[in-house]
Amino acid sequence: MAFFEGNNMTAGYGNGPDIISSCTLNANKGEIVAILGPNGAGKSTAMKSLLGLLNLKSGNVKMDGEDISKFSPQDRVRKGISFVPQTKNVFSELTVNENLKIGAFLRDENLENVIKEIFELFPVLFDKKNQVVGELSGGQRQQVALGRALMIKPSVLMLDEPTAGVSPIVMDELFDHIVKIKKNNVAIIMVEQNAKQALSISDRGYVLVTGKNKFEGSGKDLLNDPEVRRSFLGA
Amino acid sequence: MDFLNAIILLLNFTILPALTYGSQLALGAIFVTLIYGVLRFANFATGDMMSFGTMFAVILTYYLQSLGINFGMLPTALLTIPFAVFMMIFYMLTVDKFVFGYYRLKKSPPVQLAMVSVGVMFVTQAIIRIIIGPSDRRFLDGEKFILKAREFKEITGLNEGLTIKSTQIITIFVTIIVVSTMFWFLNKTKTGTSMRAYSDNEDLALLSGIDPKKVVLITWIIAGILATIGGILYGLDKSYRPFVYFNNMLPIFAAAIVGGIGNPYGAFLGGYVIAFAEIFLTYAYKKFFMYILPESLEPTSLVQLLSTDYKFAISFSILVIVLLFRPSGIFEGKKI
Repeated sequence: MAFFEGNNMTAGYGNGPDIISSCTLNANKGEIVAILGPNGAGKSTAMKSLLGLLNLKSGNVKMDGEDISKFSPQDRVRKGISFVPQTKNVFSELTVNENLKIGAFLRDENLENVIKEIFELFPVLFDKKNQVVGELSGGQRQQVALGRALMIKPSVLMLDEPTAGVSPIVMDELFDHIVKIKKNNVAIIMVEQNAKQALSISDRGYVLVTGKNKFEGSGKDLLNDPEVRRSFLGA
Repeated sequence: MDFLNAIILLLNFTILPALTYGSQLALGAIFVTLIYGVLRFANFATGDMMSFGTMFAVILTYYLQSLGINFGMLPTALLTIPFAVFMMIFYMLTVDKFVFGYYRLKKSPPVQLAMVSVGVMFVTQAIIRIIIGPSDRRFLDGEKFILKAREFKEITGLNEGLTIKSTQIITIFVTIIVVSTMFWFLNKTKTGTSMRAYSDNEDLALLSGIDPKKVVLITWIIAGILATIGGILYGLDKSYRPFVYFNNMLPIFAAAIVGGIGNPYGAFLGGYVIAFAEIFLTYAYKKFFMYILPESLEPTSLVQLLSTDYKFAISFSILVIVLLFRPSGIFEGKKI
């Protein structure tokens, strides 16, 4: 049994058709799990279901053995599940410092130490801590978004396309940061378009097609699987 | 000497009144901008909500006066502020619970909420009409003048007198206290920061565990304080005519939009921009030019750009110009 798991999840928007059906995903602490798949495969939907932004029609979400399927997103945040959306993932009118503080809104203890840890992880942000986030570059904003999500010291971190729209150099840098975060014993689940790079840092990966599990395996296996390569990696 | 006279003349008839009027508009404009930023709709009941709060101050002032209680040199109305603010907040929260809350939960578009606020405006007007009626009431007591024109002339020996009304100083002073406390709250406290975060990015605020109900509650409380104090200051300065507040909504909205709607600093400064524009453009400069120009160049007309009847046209023109050329306001706000 994994630390964080979604079992046989079926979900869709409103009364529309099911976007994911019987989809199973799990992640352990200290592990990076990539969710891959073509457009419309239900990657983001699967993540939203894990987070409680969508109601499950069937299946369940378990954390540390406890069924949390009925928890609201806010209650899941309280349990230590953090999420970085793909867009609008920072408070662009607030300063870096304020963004981090809001990230820890539910924590009452002294935040100075946590903020210091975040600045050690993202040294660039320390120099800009009093700057409004809207004025930062795309890569720096993604770092703020990651930092904000890390403020509650999550045990599960979910990232929706963390490298969307950043340059290749910044992308490598962000992946390095994600690997560093993993070392703090966090279970990381990410949806990625840059499949090759994502798999190269992932411990495991899932490939979804039309809302169902199609392939799964270690990052290396998936990278070397000829069928996965042909269909999704373009080589 | 003539130059000094000209300065005093401007100070007395334009700058001092504009600072006072600007402060009153600023309080209303911050109210509009806060509601727009956090609850995401243009509140057309603004003017009447200000009037509603002031009504309680007027009633309690009369009651205190009948008991023989006063505030010495200061207006008794200042004593009634906590009570009036309390009643105002109570009214706003009731309206929010039974009216706005429903549409917020339904995630209605902002236009629909704005239309709902028009309904709230009519109901508020009706309640005011029932409780106090539409007539003009003066509730200013205590010392009316800090400096009278005659005294000023005697002291300085100038031709022009400077009159400082106590309401002018009270308005400016109270505005500074209220606005600086509010900015301190918004920028330095955890709750204030969470309000700005909610206004900036609602979804992410929810994901960070910010409780929207609490944000809405705090917003109405601050709005109630601003509306009531702004209304009372305006009523003390002019007089309490319940439905004049409705007319003031145009300059108040203009101030909020000029300052960039959703931006409280902008709304604060916008209040003064509108007030100075209104008063500078409608003042008759004849006497001013008589002081500073040689006799041969003295104007024969009033040198008044616009009649004071057109002062609302000025707010309206500024509003249109800003919306055409800088829709996000002079000081960056949200785009409309």
